[in-house]
Amino acid sequence: MSNMGDYQEKKSSFTWQQSEQELGYREGNVINIGEYCTDRICRQGKGGKTALIWQGHSGETRKYTFDRMRILTNTIAAYLEGLGLRAQDRICLFMDKIPELYFGFLGILKMGGIAQPLFSAFGGESLYTRLADAQTRGIITQRRHLKKVRKILADLPRLEFVIVVDDPGDKPLREREMAFDLEKTRPLEEYDCFQSRAETPSVLHYTSGTTGQPKGAQHVHYSLISQYITTKWVLDLREDDVYWCTADPGWVTGTSYGIIGPWSNGVTQCVLDAGFQTERWYQFIDDFKVTVWYSAPTAIRSLMKEGTGTVKKYDLSTLRHMCSVGEPLNAEAVVWSEEAFGLPFHDTYWQTETGSMIITNFPGMKIKPGSMGKPFPGITATVVDFKDHQPIEKPGMVGLIAVKPGWPSMFRTYWNNEETYRSKFVNGWYICGDRASIDEDGYFWFVGRDDDVINTGGHLVGPFEIESALLEHEAVAESAVVSKPDPVNMEVVKAFITLKPGFEPSEELELKIMNFIRKKLSPLAMPQEIEFSDSLPKTRSGKIMRRLLKAREWGEEIGDTSTLEND
Amino acid sequence: MSSEEIKNIVLEYVEEEYLDDEEDQEIGYDTPLISSGIVDSFSMVSLKRFLETRYKIQIPDAKATPEAFDSVNKIVQLLKEFGIE
Repeated sequence: MSNMGDYQEKKSSFTWQQSEQELGYREGNVINIGEYCTDRICRQGKGGKTALIWQGHSGETRKYTFDRMRILTNTIAAYLEGLGLRAQDRICLFMDKIPELYFGFLGILKMGGIAQPLFSAFGGESLYTRLADAQTRGIITQRRHLKKVRKILADLPRLEFVIVVDDPGDKPLREREMAFDLEKTRPLEEYDCFQSRAETPSVLHYTSGTTGQPKGAQHVHYSLISQYITTKWVLDLREDDVYWCTADPGWVTGTSYGIIGPWSNGVTQCVLDAGFQTERWYQFIDDFKVTVWYSAPTAIRSLMKEGTGTVKKYDLSTLRHMCSVGEPLNAEAVVWSEEAFGLPFHDTYWQTETGSMIITNFPGMKIKPGSMGKPFPGITATVVDFKDHQPIEKPGMVGLIAVKPGWPSMFRTYWNNEETYRSKFVNGWYICGDRASIDEDGYFWFVGRDDDVINTGGHLVGPFEIESALLEHEAVAESAVVSKPDPVNMEVVKAFITLKPGFEPSEELELKIMNFIRKKLSPLAMPQEIEFSDSLPKTRSGKIMRRLLKAREWGEEIGDTSTLEND
Repeated sequence: MSSEEIKNIVLEYVEEEYLDDEEDQEIGYDTPLISSGIVDSFSMVSLKRFLETRYKIQIPDAKATPEAFDSVNKIVQLLKEFGIE
């Protein structure tokens, strides 16, 4: 029997108060995620239990108990406070998946700061955009990423503290930079956590949109109520599990279900800080006897490429439950995982803005391969008509995924962008921006994005940000960026470019432009293909018709071209 | 072109293009590239493109695995399969 038990019964009886009660929370109480994930677990008598098993790329392995984690997060919180950082200051985490990233996240929350995790592969411009928008006051980073911070520091006068966690001390640090060695700092047994309340801001995750720069989805400490119970019921985590979430905490999965969910449930989790390699992953599961695995379709499809023969070389018999997130999980991947592991991957659907899973396949529920599953108990979800935003009653008809506002982990605003936040709510629904249909049994079926945002390997990339960056290359006159289908990453970035006089298309120039974007924005934003063209399709008012180019890449109908300037 | 020359060309390219802080990080022919995160799976596409452009070859996706790209020496081994040595 799974933790959740019968879906229909829970769907009809569940209220969020049930999660509040399990967590011992009452309306108006102090609620601090950092405290709930560490001190509270220790008070339950689990201080000696392993909280984190960490392995680096060279094979170095470290283990931390909940009590050790409690002390280390205290130490970080006090250190940040001692620097002069205060509650509600935005403090960025810009690191690989090292223990300091995980403990730093909880330490920031303990002292009342707003944790702003950013993917460590971001280039200088992506980093700058997000730090400038959030007016970030501190950043915790590693020596290997310091150069990117240094390049933009002069333009970020509000960034007062650059904290380096692994400074070898062989070269002097510069103004505003400081070394902090967690293992060598005097451990702090007791720390009074910030008395945050339900609506106190906690985490700021940036996400991309079709237009404009990335937006910071702001969450609050009350999100714990959703994250705790969805972890317990969907990931089905139990006392003796060893859980592995492969997501990077630079993205929301890595914090909601790579930190908050498992640790608020008092579960042991492991982290592999190494790039994707099939056999390395299987070896990791084998070595640490992983029981519950949360990964992404891109990774699963990469594993599929290696076939089931590789799986058989390892003892993966400890696995008992597997879930997937980030992009739709295709039916073939579900079928393959049953063949390879004897277990299906359960697709889960949610977004940076939702903070926790909203539509998922539950343990014990019949899986329809390729389906997103059903709404989590406590979530009212439907698909609404594209025009009037009324719920669609007819099974199989495609509309926009919409959720009734009010679940605990719903984002509370976009940082500095209340207007865009409000525009997401129409007719009493939060509109997710994805298209889907619902079948006669109530299962949701993903169709695609309703905008031009590109979902590559489970990460959203905004075309506008890439187009703007492309125009900064000396050879580029005009640019348009669209998604292109990809068998592993679902979508990849494709750029259409016209060149300035004096530049000619060539493979070398294509590679130079690819690397230019990779360094400036991120590897995810790098076009994997560039098509040089003499002109780009435009409307009569001069706007580039991105949708025309996208339709061509996807082999779809081009649609209305009446406003097209030239064929 | 000797194997040594190819190794150096690939190593130099990786150093120039993928290291964040060349002052602090030194890599050798056997330094893990993919598993260490110096080159991630998305960036591997640009490294593959470099090899294809530089040596006028086409590396099929099935051969362009994270394992085959995990060090300069492994890349040089891969290039040998395409007659580049």
